[in-house]
Amino acid sequence: MMNPVQPKPCTILDVHKESAHEWTFRVETDAKVAHGQFMQLSVPKIGECPISVSAQGDGWLEFTIRSVGKVTNVIFEKTAGDTLFLRGPYGKGWPVDQFRGKHLVVITGGTGLAPVRSMLNLFAAESGAVKSVHLISGFKNEEGVVFHKELEAWKEKFSTIYALDNDAKEGWRTGMVTAFVKEIPWDSFGGDYAVVVVGPPPMMKFTGLELLKNGVDEEKIWMSFERKMSCAVGKCGHCRIDETYVCLDGPVFPYTVARDLVD
Amino acid sequence: MGYTLNRQQADALLAALRKDYTVYAPKRFRNQGRYSDTDIIRYAEVERFEDIVWQTKSDYPAKEVLTPIQQAIFYFTEDEYRESKGPRKPILILARPCDINAQHVQARIYAGNGGYTDLYYERMRELVKFAMMECGGGDDTCFCVSMGTNKTDDYSLAMKFSDDGVQVQVTDGAFAPYFGDLPQADYTPAFVEENELKVTVPDLDDKEVRKALKSHPMWQEFNARCISCGACTVACSTCTCFTTRDVIYGDNPEVGERRRVTSSCQIAGFDQMAGQREFRSTAADRMRYKVLHKFHDYKARFGDSHMCVGCGRCTHRCPELISISATVNKVSAAVDEIKAGLAKQ
Repeated sequence: MMNPVQPKPCTILDVHKESAHEWTFRVETDAKVAHGQFMQLSVPKIGECPISVSAQGDGWLEFTIRSVGKVTNVIFEKTAGDTLFLRGPYGKGWPVDQFRGKHLVVITGGTGLAPVRSMLNLFAAESGAVKSVHLISGFKNEEGVVFHKELEAWKEKFSTIYALDNDAKEGWRTGMVTAFVKEIPWDSFGGDYAVVVVGPPPMMKFTGLELLKNGVDEEKIWMSFERKMSCAVGKCGHCRIDETYVCLDGPVFPYTVARDLVD
Repeated sequence: MGYTLNRQQADALLAALRKDYTVYAPKRFRNQGRYSDTDIIRYAEVERFEDIVWQTKSDYPAKEVLTPIQQAIFYFTEDEYRESKGPRKPILILARPCDINAQHVQARIYAGNGGYTDLYYERMRELVKFAMMECGGGDDTCFCVSMGTNKTDDYSLAMKFSDDGVQVQVTDGAFAPYFGDLPQADYTPAFVEENELKVTVPDLDDKEVRKALKSHPMWQEFNARCISCGACTVACSTCTCFTTRDVIYGDNPEVGERRRVTSSCQIAGFDQMAGQREFRSTAADRMRYKVLHKFHDYKARFGDSHMCVGCGRCTHRCPELISISATVNKVSAAVDEIKAGLAKQ
C-alpha cells in the first residue's frame, strides 16, 4: 500500500537570504506541483511542517521559510548540499486556468507573496496569458521585504504598488494594502477579472471587506489559508475548520467559502 | 449457528482463538483509576475468559486497539525514514455495537477522506474482525438509540455473557471450526432498544442558524467549567486527531522514530502555528468546535451519520462533570431560540 506520509530525501541546491528571517531554499525534486500547492518539509529528530511552494523549475522547487518554529529553525542551519525530506504536493492551488484571459489583481501581505510567487512568475514569463496583472504587495517594514529581484522585475511587467506599513522607502508607498485597493482601475476591467488575496488572517479579512466596499464581485476573489497540520492528508484534524479540511479542500479557497469558515 | 458455553468451554474457546488471533477485550486494571482504590477498564489483550469485563462499559473505547494512543510510524536514521511494521496476526476485538459503529466513523476519516488512505489505520483494520458483545443497556450516560448506533451487523461472532458462561452466534464461517462439537443452542443477539437518556440532535442545516449558534452566549459557560484537559476526546469512541512527534533514542541521537500521538482539539495549542496566535484560545471556542464537529460538521462532510455514537464515555470521564447529552440539549435550546429570532425578522 502506498504510504501518503512517506518523506523522501532531497538535496538542498541553494539557500538565498531574502531577509534576516526569511530565506528561500531551492531543493532538488521531480515533484510536479500546481501553483499554490504546498509540501510537507521534514527533518528527522525534529518534525514536519507545511510550506507553500514559492517557485518551481525543471527538477527543483523553492520554499520561502521564516524561522519561527522548531522545524524551521533547524532548516535554517542547513546549507546547499544538505538533505531536506519532502512529501507532497498537497492541497488545491490557484485556479490558474480560470485566471487566464482575465485581468488579475494580486494583493499580498508580507510573506503572503510566497504562495503566489510561482504563479506571478508564470504570468510574467507568458505574455498575453492574462490581460493584465495588478500587484499590491505590502510589508511591515524594510527588513520584511522579500523577493527583491522579482519585485523589481515585475515592475516592468505588471502594474505594481509596493508599500511599507509605516515606514518611508523611495519609490514605495506608506500604508496598509487596504488603502490602495481603490486605486485599482476596477471599472476598466469590464467585470472580466479575478482577485487573489494572501497574507495574515486579519489582512485577508480586512482586504476582503475593502474589496467588497469597492464593488468587487465576491465570486471573483480567492484566498490562500495557512493552518497547523501534522499529516496534510485529512487525518490528523489540526487544520479542520467546520466540515472543511484546509489541507484537502484548500489552501486556496474562493472568498465565498473562506468568508464563512469559523475556526 | 449458535452455541451455549460454560466458563470452562469459554476458556477453551478463547485459548483456541488465541492461537490464530490476538484477542482484545475490555479488561480491568486494578487501582489504575483516577482516584484512590478505583480501577480502570480499557482494551487489552485477554488470555482468560474471566479477564473479559462484560458487566460494565469500558472507560476507554475499542479504538485504542486500532489507533493506539501512540505508535511509531517511521524509524529514521540520518538519511532514511523507514516505515514501521504493523502486526501480522489477525485481531479479534470484543466490542459493543457503539464501538463497532464508531469504527465506521473512524474509517471515513482514516480510509477515505480526501482520497488518501492512511496506511497505519488500514493495515490494522484489514486484520480486525469483531465479536459483538451484546449490550445489556449500558449506563446512565449512554444514548446510542438516539444516535442510531445501538445496532450493527458488522460482526463475525455475537456473544452474550453471563456469570455462567457465554452464548455465541457464529455469522462468519471462518470461525465455525473453533466450535467443533461444543453444545449447540440457538442464540440471536438482542440490541438495546431504549436508553434512559434521550438526546435530540438539533437541525443545523441552515447556515444562518449555524453562524448565530457559533457566537451564541451558551458556549461561555464552558470558560468557567471546562479545563481543556482533553479527557473527553481521549475517551471518545470516534475522535481521530493526532500529532506527529519525533523522538530520538537516548543512546544514539542520530536515530529515532516518528510517532503518531493522540491529540485533542480541546487542549491549548491544538491549532497554533509556529510564531502565531491560537485561533481557538478559550475553552468555549474549543467546546463549540468539538460539539459542532460531532453533531454537524462530520455529517455535513461524509453524509451518513453523526460523529457521536452515544457511548457516553466523554461524560463519564470529564473531571468537571460536563455532560455531552446535556450540552447537546443546550444546543437544541439555543437553536430554537435562534430560529424563533430569525423568524421574527
